[in-house]
Amino acid sequence: MSDSDSAIVSFDNVGLRYGTDSEVLRDISFTLYPGSFYFLTGASGAGKTSLLKLLYLAQRPSRGAIRMFGTDVITLPRGRLPEFRRRLGVVFQDFRLVPHLSAFDNVALPLRVSGVDEADVAKPVADMLDWVGLSHRHEARPATLSGGEQQRVAIARAVIGRPDLLVADEPTGNVDPEMALKLLRLFEALNRLGTTVVVATHDVHLLKKVPESLIMRLDKGRLADPTGVLRYPPRAGRGAEGGGA
Amino acid sequence: MSARPGLNRALRRGFAPFGGERAARLVPHARLAGPMPWVIAIMVALTVIAAAGGLALQNMADNARAELAGGATVQVLEALEQERERQAEAVEQVLSADPDVATYRRVPEAELEALLEPWLGVGATDSAVPVPALIDVRLRGVADLAAVERLQARLAEAAPGARVDAQSSWLGPVFGVIAALQWLAIALVALLALTSATAVWLAARSALGSNRNTIEIIHLLGGTDGQIARIFQRSIAQDALLGGIAGLAIGLAGMVVLARQFRQLGSGMVAGGGLAPVDWIVLGAIPLAGVVIATITARVTVLAALRKML
Repeated sequence: MSDSDSAIVSFDNVGLRYGTDSEVLRDISFTLYPGSFYFLTGASGAGKTSLLKLLYLAQRPSRGAIRMFGTDVITLPRGRLPEFRRRLGVVFQDFRLVPHLSAFDNVALPLRVSGVDEADVAKPVADMLDWVGLSHRHEARPATLSGGEQQRVAIARAVIGRPDLLVADEPTGNVDPEMALKLLRLFEALNRLGTTVVVATHDVHLLKKVPESLIMRLDKGRLADPTGVLRYPPRAGRGAEGGGA
Repeated sequence: MSARPGLNRALRRGFAPFGGERAARLVPHARLAGPMPWVIAIMVALTVIAAAGGLALQNMADNARAELAGGATVQVLEALEQERERQAEAVEQVLSADPDVATYRRVPEAELEALLEPWLGVGATDSAVPVPALIDVRLRGVADLAAVERLQARLAEAAPGARVDAQSSWLGPVFGVIAALQWLAIALVALLALTSATAVWLAARSALGSNRNTIEIIHLLGGTDGQIARIFQRSIAQDALLGGIAGLAIGLAGMVVLARQFRQLGSGMVAGGGLAPVDWIVLGAIPLAGVVIATITARVTVLAALRKML
């Protein structure tokens, strides 16, 4: 099996522009391997969210190639994208909870979309809400939850389906340090179960909390340097490799 | 902190279809408070009345045609009363021997007088105005042009003053009007169906717009176009069903009122415009047809909008 076949995701010379504007991402090349933990860093406007959008299949690149789970997702018919999206967990920066559903129903959404039998939904969702410390608020609508609580619901929703790839955009931005650490531990637990985790953050303290993690840094739409993308060298056969042109 | 046993259970997946009430709840819905059920109710009510009118006209025309199908009238147009009598008797003799004639009846003078009384006054048959002798004939077959000409030829020698008319020909213009009204009813039903579909299309587009965020979330969580379309279909089908039932009730009430008005006309022809059991089934199917049109329209609209997303 080749490297790209065993990779969860590989980007090859990817560029992204919105409309006729200049490229927000340029010459992005990297490979993500199963079971690794990555931080994506960079200043505001560096292109972190755009890169994550490509990762969670909300956007097609303007150029380049993206393979995900061994399949070229650029040429993939859009009718087949849902089966790939169901293998992803996404924590959006703005949470994107369904406003008229309770916390419980929001967390249950990926399971229901994936077709999990209703009898098998309640317990996992209750466990997950308990895990993020929101079991007492399971009936609450997002509008009645604080920013931190909404973020925890969003994280619970992202991980409930045990995704192969978890993509989180500033997942600890609205929670206190104690909860941030707790959520990070949840990501690590998920990572130990085999999920590849990509966390976009500008919180440098967070990077130190996961010593096994690998770091990708974006600067003005490019990966920071062609070879030194990773602050920590990848373990053999694992980790991210690559860089911008 | 390590993963608890519950976490592993929490991470299980399955593949049953996504749908039902929980899926429908993704689209917030103020059923009956919104305009859609009422729009559909009005459309269905108008469709029921138009369809019922068309069906009643069809039945009226069919009954009249069946009644008049074998009917013909022989008029003996002779100014001299004695000759008129002779020719009328001769006509009766020819008719009695004609194998194509099922029955015949000489219209009595009293009946003729009653028929003419509104125009000529009392004692018209006794006046100087010659009134033709009338013989009501029922043929075994249809009183078409060929049958009428054949009977006319048979009577020509015995009663040169006799003239044969098919009774249905008198109602030809009426049948023409009925046919035109039926086409009008069909056009109305088609127009109302089109209007209903347009209303649903607008409602679906509006619902898509106001629920765009929710749709994007479901989309990004791996929801398929079909799953998302089903949410809207279900919601609009429920609206259409509620509106359809209300519309059927309103339409039937309108029909009852109209039927009472027509019954008061006391016309034999109008009395033939009742509805057969199959017609009631057709009317009952209109709300269901409304649900089908609404559901298909919603599905096509939502799928077309979703195809614009990645």
